[in-house]
Amino acid sequence: MARVFKPVTRFPQRAGGPADRMAGFMAHLRLNGLRVGVEETGKALAALATVQATEVAETRMALKAVLTSSADDFARFDDLFTAYWHNPGRERAGQAQTKSGSGAKGVLALDHAQSSGAGTADRPDSDTTGEADQSGEGRRVGSRVTNLLSVDLRHVIDPADRAEAEAVAARLARAIRDRRSRRLKADHRGARPDLRRILRASLSTGGEPIRLYRRARPERPARLVVLLDVSGSMTVYAPIFLAFVKGLMTADATTDAYLFHTRLVRITDALRDPDALRAVNRLSLLAQGFGGGTRIGGNLAAFNHSYGKRLVSGRSMVVILSDGFDTDPPEVIGQELARLKKRGCRIVWLNPLKGWRDYQPVAAGMAAALPYLDLFAAANTLKSLAALEPELARI
Amino acid sequence: MSDWRGLQGDLAATGYVAGDDLAMALHLALMLERPLLLEGAAGVGKTQIARTLASLRDTRLIRLQCYEGLDAGHAIYDWNYQRQLLAIRAAAETGDAAHVEERIFSERYLLVRPLLEAIRQPVRPVLLIDEIDRADEEFEAYLLEILSEYQISIPELGTITATTKPIVILTSNATRDLSDALRRRCIYTYVDYPDRATEIAILRMHHPGLEARLIGQIVAFVQALRKEDLEKTPGVAEALDFAAALAGLGINDLTQDPVALQASLVTLLKTQNDRAAVPTEIAQRLAGKAA
Repeated sequence: MARVFKPVTRFPQRAGGPADRMAGFMAHLRLNGLRVGVEETGKALAALATVQATEVAETRMALKAVLTSSADDFARFDDLFTAYWHNPGRERAGQAQTKSGSGAKGVLALDHAQSSGAGTADRPDSDTTGEADQSGEGRRVGSRVTNLLSVDLRHVIDPADRAEAEAVAARLARAIRDRRSRRLKADHRGARPDLRRILRASLSTGGEPIRLYRRARPERPARLVVLLDVSGSMTVYAPIFLAFVKGLMTADATTDAYLFHTRLVRITDALRDPDALRAVNRLSLLAQGFGGGTRIGGNLAAFNHSYGKRLVSGRSMVVILSDGFDTDPPEVIGQELARLKKRGCRIVWLNPLKGWRDYQPVAAGMAAALPYLDLFAAANTLKSLAALEPELARI
Repeated sequence: MSDWRGLQGDLAATGYVAGDDLAMALHLALMLERPLLLEGAAGVGKTQIARTLASLRDTRLIRLQCYEGLDAGHAIYDWNYQRQLLAIRAAAETGDAAHVEERIFSERYLLVRPLLEAIRQPVRPVLLIDEIDRADEEFEAYLLEILSEYQISIPELGTITATTKPIVILTSNATRDLSDALRRRCIYTYVDYPDRATEIAILRMHHPGLEARLIGQIVAFVQALRKEDLEKTPGVAEALDFAAALAGLGINDLTQDPVALQASLVTLLKTQNDRAAVPTEIAQRLAGKAA
């Protein structure tokens, strides 16, 4: 902020001494989401004792070092400080102030006005009232403070949100991957001593077990296979799901990904391309037919006949991201899922429609698929995706 | 009571140009005897400040490099099992079995690791806990206990209380979120890439032989490069290497020799993709703007 502020703030006459104002400042920070408690107030006062408290810049920096605890808070602190101590919109001179919190609340509102003015999110407003009956929790709530996690993914379009989707996916992938074997393998940090090996090695040291060997249960990562539906009905979700799939891939080098609409396309290599631009080009070449009709059953059959044979085993988890609207006869889905299931894998179906209010899996394809699924879950908000973590770790 | 400006000056005299935020945070950490948590991208001088502080106060720097799977045995203390075993065997031979248990759980058989070492120094050392975000969360809990009590309890030996409180500096590259409890213990500052003036001061300090004009060009070039979409953004250390490389090649103008400039980019760009992303034309354009 390039403005030059008067070093002295007008406080109402009723306001007490510096300690009172500091307490008010802490309340102001708390209201704005900083984690500051009684202990921090003490720290702040101690810090002020070691600097020239009459120097504004010095005070600001000292309080910043003591009261912030993350990069976000650190970046916001200067504005919050200015808003409280120099705040032009704080209150008019002479206006009575009932308690220190009310001034802070005014600032809070002001702060939101500023941040939404400079806002980054290009999300559409919650306008389409006619659509409201379709969707349940996924709808945007009518508040100015948007909670990204509960925004329906149809509305998630800006790059930061995609990054968030990728992060959620990476977390999920780790939860899935983390599986342990029951067997024990040599591991120098293992919890159990490897008695047999210790005894064997002790022979060379005259029977003294000088060298300790340990064993542990090695992790047996689960292999993830993702099938993403990019047909016409899924177009609105496709970009964010692509980011989601990319996130799943980054967490583990063995994850495999496929797109399908009328054909099945392997996109693993394209998504792994470290050059983002080239990856997009490759994807758009692969995705000819993006947004067309869907043949879920036929594509599952194609998968079972080709890649499935090689890549799916008892340690695999197949994740299908689709709304279940299929142009193939519904028996085909059931038949192919049954065949897939026989390979011993777990099958998870994430359906964006499931998060909508009153959704029933009445689409014939979806109904046929249900008996073969280990998990059938909503995938219309980032929150619903994030909530899958314990579920996926369990099955 | 030393002023924070004084501290900033002392640091500069020792070869570290600290921004105002950092100097203030360090000053408060020293004054309030709190750990200092530094977050920021790699290569902005987070580790270096600990080294500089140690040499400034003429004290030891004890460093604990964190990694995934770091446990108490590697960070705090461990028993020297092999030695204990030999002692038991020797005691059995000489028939001195009565006191052996007392003996093998004494200081002589203790392997002192950095955290224990740090609280047993006669002079306040600087304890650098580097890249704490790489360690597991359970290790954070150990650390929290030590940083709040400054004592370590060893069941067989009793509690060891700090003779001096070390000056603790934690660094994190923010690859994962640290626990709130740990954050709240610490004085926090975010170390960003230095601004133009600061970076010029840093380069001038480390390469006093370079022309002021070339230093200006180097800083403008590196800062422009940081705005490019790179996998690994060059830090201050890279900028210093770059300056050294240019000095070694005898270049005194960035636009003068495209081939040499391109060759010296190896000091700034550390992955194949980044190399490919800055071909000669782009490097020349950036250099032209910087000149």
